[in-house]
Amino acid sequence: MKKKKKALKAPSEFSKEFNVGKALKNGGPLTWISVIIFGAGNIARKQIIKGLLFLAVEVAYIYFMVTNGIYNLSMLPSLGEVEQIEVWNPKGFYEYIAGDKSYLILLYGVVTIVISLLFIAFWRETIKSAYKAQVYAKKGKHNNTFFEDVKDLFDGSLHKLLLAMPVTGVLVFTIMPLIYMISMAFTNYSKVGEHLILFDWVGIDTFKDVLSLSGSIGNEFWSVLGWTLIWAVFATFTNYIGGMILAIIINRKGTHFKAMWRFCFVLSIAIPQFVSLLIMRTLLGTSGPVNTILLNNGMIDKALPFFTDVTWARVTVIVVNLWVGVPYTMLQVTGILQNIPADLYEAAKVDGANAITQFFKITLPYMLFVTTPYLIQTFTGNVNNFNIIYLLTAGAPTPVGASAGKTDLLVTWLYKLTIDNQKFNIGAVIGIMTFVVLSIVSLVAYRSSGSYKDEEGFQ
Amino acid sequence: MKRKSSGSVEYTSAKIKRIISNIFVHLFLTILAFIWVSPVLWVVITSFRGEKGPGISRIIPKSFTIDNYTKLFNETTVLNFPKMFMNTLIIALIVCVISTFFVLSVAYSMSRLRFKVRKPLMNISMILGLFPGFMSMVAVYYILKAMGLTDGAQLRVALIMVYSGGSGMGFYIAKGFFDTIPKTLDEAACIDGATKFQVFSKIIMPLSKPIIVHTILTSFMAPWVDFIFARVLTTTKSDYYTVSIGLYNMLDKEYVVQWFNSFCAGAVLVSIPIAIIFLLMQKFYRDGMSGAVKG
Repeated sequence: MKKKKKALKAPSEFSKEFNVGKALKNGGPLTWISVIIFGAGNIARKQIIKGLLFLAVEVAYIYFMVTNGIYNLSMLPSLGEVEQIEVWNPKGFYEYIAGDKSYLILLYGVVTIVISLLFIAFWRETIKSAYKAQVYAKKGKHNNTFFEDVKDLFDGSLHKLLLAMPVTGVLVFTIMPLIYMISMAFTNYSKVGEHLILFDWVGIDTFKDVLSLSGSIGNEFWSVLGWTLIWAVFATFTNYIGGMILAIIINRKGTHFKAMWRFCFVLSIAIPQFVSLLIMRTLLGTSGPVNTILLNNGMIDKALPFFTDVTWARVTVIVVNLWVGVPYTMLQVTGILQNIPADLYEAAKVDGANAITQFFKITLPYMLFVTTPYLIQTFTGNVNNFNIIYLLTAGAPTPVGASAGKTDLLVTWLYKLTIDNQKFNIGAVIGIMTFVVLSIVSLVAYRSSGSYKDEEGFQ
Repeated sequence: MKRKSSGSVEYTSAKIKRIISNIFVHLFLTILAFIWVSPVLWVVITSFRGEKGPGISRIIPKSFTIDNYTKLFNETTVLNFPKMFMNTLIIALIVCVISTFFVLSVAYSMSRLRFKVRKPLMNISMILGLFPGFMSMVAVYYILKAMGLTDGAQLRVALIMVYSGGSGMGFYIAKGFFDTIPKTLDEAACIDGATKFQVFSKIIMPLSKPIIVHTILTSFMAPWVDFIFARVLTTTKSDYYTVSIGLYNMLDKEYVVQWFNSFCAGAVLVSIPIAIIFLLMQKFYRDGMSGAVKG
């Protein structure tokens, strides 16, 4: 409880003197006019360029809404009804009269909503700014000129200057597309029933289909989810422990040629991951070199089913991931391992603990304590590990008639559903469910980890 | 000292034990190193192999040739490797500049500046990170299409925007690094009348060379190793393929017999710059990690 209070108090270090509520309550007539005519208050207080900029944004927004925005929003509830028509032209060919395209209507609708939300946020800022100008004028304080405001961007408001572009990038290329995809989950945008051009809102029907315990999609979903979690747990911990053991073995006192060993392992990560995965796929294929050599030497009678048998394929994927990932982990944990106080080990040695006991009683608990955020990140990365599955097995083996293979993760299944099968609504639901699963696992773990709570403890 | 006389027998047995365990460890490492190195070696050897096709019966080829490499650069009608290579290089260079700027700006703001929306922004970026990366791929495609960037040469612009657009969210490692620079430096500079921008550009950046190098190299690598975004965006427009799609296509059923050895040659060629970058980066990798988790 104590900690929560502290967290609530924290924002108070930033001034709350000028907020919208106060502006509306205590503001003078000029501030109130600014609510409707942006920047009026600023222009009256001689912040002319700033005021004009505010006004220009308002005019631009109104122009956008009148010309496009209102139409975009009005189409959103129906997502378009007009079908493309084929008309016989007497000159001897068919003419097509374009109909509505629901996916574009939805996209433009989402863009309009995002722009409107940004506009509302901007509107609040202008009111605050007008109120601030009013208060300062009353107190006889100096109101910043435009030039001073620009100068402030390099000082007090440096964060605005630095963050403007990156945040815009994230907004356009991450947030907006996500909203678009999430809204797709509530439609019937799918090849099923010819809804690729015109589709409608269907509420949570798709969610019901996917989450239901009966029905083909439902069944597939739960089995894919199960395998995804098993995969993520194994992939994360085998790599973690494997990398740690390797690092310990290489760095232990008696080991010679440390640099050479390290180089051998690092060599394999120097190759781009997609190349090494494609190579592994070729090596382990039914007629690949490994099988060929084993067959020729008479060690096996028929090719080992690395990617064709369910259990074999699943184990192969985890083992190959070990090959790909262990050197990375080794590099990453080496530094942390060397931070473990040496006297802990000396004390353990005096007490007669052998290497294995030391690992489980000292190294592992210490590492788990320090690297929880890293583990969560790795876990998240593994749940969303598209490359390794897609490039190695592409989800195979796939049962006849199923859309998900036995090694498909939620992400690769999502890819197949959207790109190959064009079932966009189901794909969107899968994406949302992946998110739900990951947030449950990681938000809880992350927020309770030491390095989140005590972020500034180190500075 | 006292134990010396009675412990000499114990001492030798401990020594023997240590030697045995050392032999065991080195044996173990040799086996592991073999497992890790042999696929790499196999690719290098295959890239010089004379006989064609992925199915081989001997590890060491019957004949060696450099045709596989020359083929990559001469037979450009089916799979234009030089063009793919140039595409990727151009995209990577531009992405590198934009992303580095984005990542360092965000990391610096989150680490050393204090403003109202800092924690909310960090939480949002964490939440966004939990969505599958290309869940929004279809939407990004439509957005780029609406901008008119999915045809012709604009595809390169589209790829650059996709790779660099959201890069600001990958600020964690750089933030971890900035966190380790003592705050007193900023305070001292402020007292001397420096603006925050001057602190950023004249004090912190010169101290942050390792992380700047790390950011530049990771951003440069992204387009080389990405496969899926490029594939979805370029679809069948082979003029704008990046190397990863090209290499993937060489393993296609219709090409694999003719192109497998060249695939290996291409893999070697792509790996060389990446390998150099990686070996340079190793140190920062370790430092960045241990810096980031210390808090």
